[in-house]
Amino acid sequence: MKKETLSTLSRKYLMALTGLFLCFFLVIHLAGNFQLFLPEAQARESFNGYSKLLSGNIFIKAVSYILYASIIIHSIDALVITLFNRKKAGKYEYDKRGAVSKWYSRNMGILGTVILIFLVFHFKDFWYQYKFGSLPVDAAGNKDLYEIVIRAYGDLWYVLFYVLAMFALGYHLLHGFYSAARTIGVYHPRYVAFIRVFGTWYSYIITFGFAAIPLYIYFTHY
Amino acid sequence: MKIFLKIWRQKDAKSNGKLVDYEMDNVIPHMSFLEMMDTLNEKLVLSGEHPVEFDHDCREGICGQCGMMINGRAHGPLKNTTTCQLHMRSFKDGDTIYIEPFRAEGFPIKRDLKVDRSAFDRIIGAGGFVSVNTGQAPEANSIPVTHEIAESAFDSAACIGCGACVATCKNSSAALFTSAKISHLAKLPQGQQEARKRALTMVAQMDAEDFGHCSNTEACEVECPQGISVLNIARMNWEFLKGNVLK
Repeated sequence: MKKETLSTLSRKYLMALTGLFLCFFLVIHLAGNFQLFLPEAQARESFNGYSKLLSGNIFIKAVSYILYASIIIHSIDALVITLFNRKKAGKYEYDKRGAVSKWYSRNMGILGTVILIFLVFHFKDFWYQYKFGSLPVDAAGNKDLYEIVIRAYGDLWYVLFYVLAMFALGYHLLHGFYSAARTIGVYHPRYVAFIRVFGTWYSYIITFGFAAIPLYIYFTHY
Repeated sequence: MKIFLKIWRQKDAKSNGKLVDYEMDNVIPHMSFLEMMDTLNEKLVLSGEHPVEFDHDCREGICGQCGMMINGRAHGPLKNTTTCQLHMRSFKDGDTIYIEPFRAEGFPIKRDLKVDRSAFDRIIGAGGFVSVNTGQAPEANSIPVTHEIAESAFDSAACIGCGACVATCKNSSAALFTSAKISHLAKLPQGQQEARKRALTMVAQMDAEDFGHCSNTEACEVECPQGISVLNIARMNWEFLKGNVLK
């Protein structure tokens, strides 16, 4: 029984706060991505201009560091929590406990791992390309990230991988959103009921919103 | 009914246990699960074997002593039911039933199906009380506690400490048990004075007792014989946060 630096609750606060920040980020990310649904010429100009605006803004830069930190802390904390739990958990010869909870609530680690693997590809193909790659330039003289996006989604396997990852994200959010609210202590039944409904709609919108983009591009451009 | 049993037998805390097969003929559907166990034990004693040891007391679903993992579920296949209130009519002729103790690092096995749940007592001892002597019960109508608050505090206080929440939790977390007591006292004026300190000391003791993190799967609420709400866990988190920020 050695004294841990963080209590089990504090570790969960860290999960909840970084998770909620990532939830907030997803809304902004999706809102920006909706520009890809515009007619091609307009989408190219608008999306590239938006990317330029974000990359040049000092405030956005500061927020992006919080974002990177959140992803890293959320992942490491999850690993610490999972390994800790594994040590404490009872193991049964015959186990049907799964009947009383949702599969995605019990497998946040696996869903999270899928998302993390997705993020590696996602960062490599867009974030790294934009920051360090040599990109074509559009009519307005901005880096043509739009072109990179369109090219990426020409491969059906890549599109399917994205859609699958978005479903993993969706289930992760379905549990994560209300779980985070629970962890930071929202206990009044009225707010809890609202958060349940809000969290479910939020998860649906994020999942189908993001999943629609590669599908839309694949079917309209290829 | 004929029932096949696979029961966890373990000589003491240090030895390795294993599932042992038993057969029961003439099981009556009206028997409670524990009566079926009694009948088995009678048979074992007559044949010179050591009976299967298990905890039980009131056998009317209110004391929290009994508790087994029955077919992989805490307290058996029914929701919100203690082991003693489970009856053999929930099973069919020819069924095989797996019976294991509640398992968790925080609940060491003493023998067979008996586990040491004294960790719960130590968590209560770490702050689950009001420090001043409040004397005799005062005239109920003179206490300025509204009906809704009194009912809500009572719902939290209804926990019987059986440990099914820990047993069914994939992380063996004692969050539901600990939070029920923290919430019960935080809701009432008598307990509010020490609410912040209590949240900190009880959570610290919960962590010291080898229980895992709560990951809000809500399985505990389903298996809890008293239907203790998971919203107690939210209140514990809130009280703990307040306690840490305002201490």
